[in-house]
Amino acid sequence: MLEVRDIHVYYGDSYILQGVSLTVHPGEIVCLLGRNGAGKTTTMRGILGYNPPAAGEVLFEGTRISGRPVYENVCRGIGYVPEDRRIFSDLTVEENLEVASLKPRPGLAPWTMARIFETFPLLARLRRHKGGALSGGEQQMLAIARALAGNPKLLLLDEPCEGLAPVIVESLGDIIAGLKAEIPVLMTEQNAHFAFGISDRGYVIDKGRVRYEGPITELASNRDIQDRYLAV
Amino acid sequence: MRTSSLSAGRLGFGAVLLLLLVLCPFFLPIYWTLILTEILIMALFAMSFNLLLGYTGLLSFGQAGMFGAGAYAAALAILKGGLSLWLALAAGVFTAALVALVIGYLCVRRDEIYFAMITLGFGMMLYTVAHNWIELTGGSDGLPLPAVPPLTFFAWEVSLFDPRWMYLFVLAVTLLGTLVLWRVVRSPFGLLLTAIRENRDRLAFVGASVQNIRLAAFVIAGAISGLAGALFCLFNNMATPDFLHWGFSAKPVLMTILGGAGVFLGPAFGAAVFFALEQATIQITENWMIVLGAVLIPVVIFFPRGILGTILHRLSAGRRKTP
Repeated sequence: MLEVRDIHVYYGDSYILQGVSLTVHPGEIVCLLGRNGAGKTTTMRGILGYNPPAAGEVLFEGTRISGRPVYENVCRGIGYVPEDRRIFSDLTVEENLEVASLKPRPGLAPWTMARIFETFPLLARLRRHKGGALSGGEQQMLAIARALAGNPKLLLLDEPCEGLAPVIVESLGDIIAGLKAEIPVLMTEQNAHFAFGISDRGYVIDKGRVRYEGPITELASNRDIQDRYLAV
Repeated sequence: MRTSSLSAGRLGFGAVLLLLLVLCPFFLPIYWTLILTEILIMALFAMSFNLLLGYTGLLSFGQAGMFGAGAYAAALAILKGGLSLWLALAAGVFTAALVALVIGYLCVRRDEIYFAMITLGFGMMLYTVAHNWIELTGGSDGLPLPAVPPLTFFAWEVSLFDPRWMYLFVLAVTLLGTLVLWRVVRSPFGLLLTAIRENRDRLAFVGASVQNIRLAAFVIAGAISGLAGALFCLFNNMATPDFLHWGFSAKPVLMTILGGAGVFLGPAFGAAVFFALEQATIQITENWMIVLGAVLIPVVIFFPRGILGTILHRLSAGRRKTP
């Protein structure tokens, strides 16, 4: 589905990603763990093309997408929910979804407005509210719903739980887990507990390099790696 | 402030305003009819400019280039092509859209001051072309039209020599242009424009090409500016290089800031205030720009939403307080 081969990403002069490789297979949730500044968000942005890799390549369904503009990669089927979950605050919930809607993909059930509101009942009631008037949790739901409106084949979630109340985190987990049969998910997360609960595989990244990869159950029981790179 | 549907109140207000505008030439003296005609044309020009500033967040400082291209195209269509009134308008719109496509292609990669400077640069180049390509444009004398073709509508025909007919014609075309702009800002495409103004990165995240959308907005704005320019040419019976001067590009900017960039009709309101101020001032002094500045500065400092924007904001805030 998604294959990242040894990407290197720079921010100006700073060398952030020093060769990151990872894969996401159909039907799985993969999490990318690491401390603040380890390079998680940069990996997401490198995949999406927002911070294009200086070396290495990103393959999506076998096609090389590194070097292509962001909008093209999104149209190709990569749904992205940015870290700061910035929705369009001047647009209503409905308009936010309308702006993001892309053609349905063959073989996948289309994300119509009705289906989105069924998945996120909370948003249905807030349909006509401005994005800027929503709470943090509601904005995160909207940001995910907006990514789904583009009928993605793969979902990239950057820190979906950041700053959310535990009860919201729980329902978010249910929603993400419910998606995976249809749409594989790659997500970054600070909240290791949350990530262990719903992921199938995990990568641990530190100082711009992948330090560990493996099934989530192994990672969850590996105290050594956790102490060294996650400090949980 | 954006409500998704037209309320009955706004529709009623629009109908009354339209009726008043239609009746104006029948009780106003000719002089005021002429002023009103010019206000309508500049209102259309300013609203087309505001598609870029207010909706897309791009400050075009060369909009007179498209306005002038529309004016010259209309003049040439009549003088050299012997075309009818409607075809002259169409030539103005088409030419301006084409010019906007070329300029826009090179401008939309940049925003903020860079976009403003590139559009300004192109505006100045177009002015120089109009001023110096004497064989085509008549140089600084411009292209005078000996006669404006009659207005024909199926079998019906009337001369626009009568200022009242010219006024009604301009009103109808302005209304048409306004409806087109309204449709654009209320379409899904209009939502994308608002989204660009808010944050262009996020727009890429939802799969839209910022450059292509900006270019489309620039071409639409240019086409409507060209329509306004063609009307201005018919109204003045000539096209002159002044229409393309960068000073002319400043007019829609000033009108939009006066009226309010965040409101659809703000620039039209600003155009009316602009001319009203001018008319009131020149009775007393020739130096009317001093008065304009004296009004503009407090508007920008104290009412950044513009005059109409502030009024509407107060009204809606008041309505919310009294349920």
